[in-house]
Amino acid sequence: MMLTRELTINNKSGLHARPASLWVQTSSRFRSNIKIKHGNSVVDGKSILGILSLGLSTGSVFELLVEGEDETEAVVALEKLMIDLESQDR
Amino acid sequence: MDKEITDYSLKRPSAELVGYLTYLTPQRIQIFGRTELGLFEQLSSDLRYENLAKVMVQEVPCLIITRGLPIPQEFVRLAEDRGIPLLASDRSTTQLYYLLIRFLANRLAPSTLVHGVLVDVFGIGVLITGDSGIGKSETALELIRGGHLLVADDAVEVQRVDEENLHGRAPQSIKHLLEVRGLGILDVTKLFGAGAVRDEKEIHLLVELEEWKEGKYYDRLGLDPPQTLTILGIPIPKVTIPVRPGRQLASIIEVAVMQNRLRSKRM
Repeated sequence: MMLTRELTINNKSGLHARPASLWVQTSSRFRSNIKIKHGNSVVDGKSILGILSLGLSTGSVFELLVEGEDETEAVVALEKLMIDLESQDR
Repeated sequence: MDKEITDYSLKRPSAELVGYLTYLTPQRIQIFGRTELGLFEQLSSDLRYENLAKVMVQEVPCLIITRGLPIPQEFVRLAEDRGIPLLASDRSTTQLYYLLIRFLANRLAPSTLVHGVLVDVFGIGVLITGDSGIGKSETALELIRGGHLLVADDAVEVQRVDEENLHGRAPQSIKHLLEVRGLGILDVTKLFGAGAVRDEKEIHLLVELEEWKEGKYYDRLGLDPPQTLTILGIPIPKVTIPVRPGRQLASIIEVAVMQNRLRSKRM
């Protein structure tokens, strides 16, 4: 079973270097296979350069694809991270 | 102008100008050179507009008149009415054809983003794939230190340039960067010099790194039929290399490249 979520970037700076590294730190804690789909591009959700190559900025919508033994926990943690990033702006 | 060019071939309508419309192909860029305009001028003045109107249909993405030839009134009128961009070029039709086809075939080629690292090893484009954390970037670093070239790390834009070839390059924003856990993001050009990178490379060989699994079958004799993986419809030879501490992946990849070269010569 694969879990998918559609997420929107709501923080001011988008998924640039620092937020992207937080994302990778979080996603790397899990054993599941994590991918990010944006337009026609799919990149590894545990790789910082992959994420940076997508150039996700405020308002960008992407799809999160998670598959593996701890997929539920991974999705929860990454969704929480997105909310945390947004609240840091305030 | 919201016309989109989706077809890389071009059209020189001449038979169509005199009413043979079976192979009109209006989705292509229409090119009018000496021949077509000459023919157009042979038509009686009342037929000109009528026939041209059947060629310059709404669907036409763009129309180009070559050699800097004077543009007849009818073209301007139809272009305005139907919202077709009307362009002029000083080049001859043949020159323009050559330039445009090469450019369009390149721009309209199917492409995809692949998770992996692309390196040039002994002039052979090697795409290293495998799960995250398996050591693709570390292997690439070893290869760079050994004098090979980095094309792209982590995300590789792969483009099918023709019926047989795939080209890979880095997305602009992460060009010539390499991420190694513990060191961070490295600028390969600054660290190793401009001679350690290249912008684009044909992909000849796929090397998949995977965790060594006890009990899994691995080729021991090198006699197994060669594996391939199809990307964008093109099969690429593939080798699977199990990873275990103490295995020198960079040397193994160098040898895989040499072996692949020997094999392809034998065939």
